[in-house]
Amino acid sequence: MGRTLAEKVWDDHVVRRAEGEPDLLFIDLHLLHEVTSPQAFDGLRQNGRKVRRLDLTIATEDHNTPTLDIDKPIADPVSRVQLETLRKNCADFGVRLHPLGDVEQGVVHVVGPQLGLTQPGTTVVCGDSHTSTHGAFGALAFGIGTSQVEHVLATQTLPLARPQTMAITVDGELPDGVTAKDLILAIIAKIGTGGGQGYILEYRGPAIEKLSMEARMTICNMSIEAGARAGMIAPDETTFEYLKGRPHAPEGAEWDAAVEYWKTLRTDDDAVFDAEVVIDGAALSPFVTWGTNPGQGAPLSADVPDPASYEDASERLAAEKALEYMGLEAGQSLRSIKVDTVFVGSCTNGRIEDLRAAAEIVEGRKVADGVRMLVVPGSVRVGLQAVSEGLDVVFKEAGAEWRHAGCSMCLGMNPDQLAPGERSASTSNRNFEGRQGKGGRTHLVSPQVAAATAVLGHLASPADLSDADTRTPAGV
Amino acid sequence: MEAFTTHTGRAVPLRRSNVDTDQIIPAHWLKKVTRDGFEDGLFEAWRKDENFVLNRPERKGATVLVAGPDFGTGSSREHAVWALQNYGFKTVISSRFADIFRGNSLKNGLLTVVLEQKIVDALQVLTENDPEAEITVDLEDREVRAEGITASFDLDENARWRLLNGLDDISITLQNEDQIAAYEAKRPSHKPWTLKV
Repeated sequence: MGRTLAEKVWDDHVVRRAEGEPDLLFIDLHLLHEVTSPQAFDGLRQNGRKVRRLDLTIATEDHNTPTLDIDKPIADPVSRVQLETLRKNCADFGVRLHPLGDVEQGVVHVVGPQLGLTQPGTTVVCGDSHTSTHGAFGALAFGIGTSQVEHVLATQTLPLARPQTMAITVDGELPDGVTAKDLILAIIAKIGTGGGQGYILEYRGPAIEKLSMEARMTICNMSIEAGARAGMIAPDETTFEYLKGRPHAPEGAEWDAAVEYWKTLRTDDDAVFDAEVVIDGAALSPFVTWGTNPGQGAPLSADVPDPASYEDASERLAAEKALEYMGLEAGQSLRSIKVDTVFVGSCTNGRIEDLRAAAEIVEGRKVADGVRMLVVPGSVRVGLQAVSEGLDVVFKEAGAEWRHAGCSMCLGMNPDQLAPGERSASTSNRNFEGRQGKGGRTHLVSPQVAAATAVLGHLASPADLSDADTRTPAGV
Repeated sequence: MEAFTTHTGRAVPLRRSNVDTDQIIPAHWLKKVTRDGFEDGLFEAWRKDENFVLNRPERKGATVLVAGPDFGTGSSREHAVWALQNYGFKTVISSRFADIFRGNSLKNGLLTVVLEQKIVDALQVLTENDPEAEITVDLEDREVRAEGITASFDLDENARWRLLNGLDDISITLQNEDQIAAYEAKRPSHKPWTLKV
């Protein structure tokens, strides 16, 4: 019987397989950041262990880093200690680090792909659940806890039980104005936050094949929000094209050998998935969340649901609590929801295509009165590219704040936070209670919806913008 | 890691589904660089409400958390496990745990027990009505016992063996160091590297 993509990559990394034990998997790439690594390095020290493969390990600073005044000492002493701890650990153990101020610094899941380190058929881990992002290249990539970070540092392997596989086939073609973010939010709403649990997801079908690498990363990034540790997309010409010429992509004969291998990384026609879900891509429209988990979402054209409409008691209770926390009424239209803040950035939507999409919409328009719009590139490189295209000027002229790279308001570990009761439209990945700041209320949206929302002041799609009354008249 | 064989204690019934790790330990606590001292951050936002179950005087000293479905979703932060342990919890019962949280818990000796929802419901009713009611989680017999309730649970044999003996994963793996070296020797040369060493 044939094998799925996930099974092929898994099998190629088995160091040891024994009856009654989890497989011991080799890890090709280990990404580190400041939050989940300090206790792991401490563990190495306590046991007199070294980092086994410094050549497969790389670190950057992202979760805590400020997005303003980066040339000054970090104001929060606790954040500063955490960054200094990472710097000391990397220096002591010899790990390559891209710290704040370095041109390769940025959100770890933006940095790996742009350096060409994330490649098809590799295993990629990081102490961060959004490591699933790298699956867009046909890599098997998943988030791990700190004990596992220590385990990979010491052994370059992980003992793991093989998950099952789930195919998510997206038929048809996404209509104009419907993005990868809308698609993944719709998938999570359909299968639920626990729907992917125990599975590696493989996104496939015509709508997926048409997506750019950056859009594929947006999809795989949020696999974890459906409960799956990993999501994958088979590598194809789009993948090879993206990788060719990147700093760590293979060259010459190595490139040819790599591509030959990468082309084998497709689910065989006779392979069987443990579960299958089919989505009609052509039926989708812009999608937003109304609740406090990423599965609580609906098309932008819909109304806030009535908790009484849920048959399942625990879902009903969850919806009631969510509406209370979010300060929403059942039945009000999603478009009527006014926001205070718009955040464009994160490992979900902080890449150059995302910034271009948002800039195109705000160009020549103004951010609505009373709305704060923050634009945070996913990495320094993304920021530089945006500046070279003049996007920073577009954002600033519209009244948005252009910031330095990092995780920023996605999780509010740095000063970029919502105040209690404030509401955001955010291109990030989690709308949990307090995620963007204590008492903050988050609606997850695409960059396009974020930009239109910033202009109109309430949840909106670009189609809601009228040229006549919002564009600055020509010549003014 | 501390071994887990059997534990008996009073419980905290937490009737919420989808309790994510941002609720268990908010992000601003993640700036600490140690594994201890997270107890005050546990469910920090909810504990501001004096009626939140963890704040009730009759729940003081409870060691068993009886949680709703999909406990531990979201971020991979192992700090969520440390916070539960630092607070004093030895075991968490739910009908479904998020994968990464489950893995983290078992690596730290916090036993996460999966039971059918109707049994979890029964344990919640029991401990809501009687804060003194004790729950026993017996890993040797793979059984949960409380007044009027006996339920067996599954845990893969390998994880159970590690927990019962308090074994450290890294030392176990390093016993197979020769196999790791053999794998490394045959990795294709087109694979990426971060550093010339």
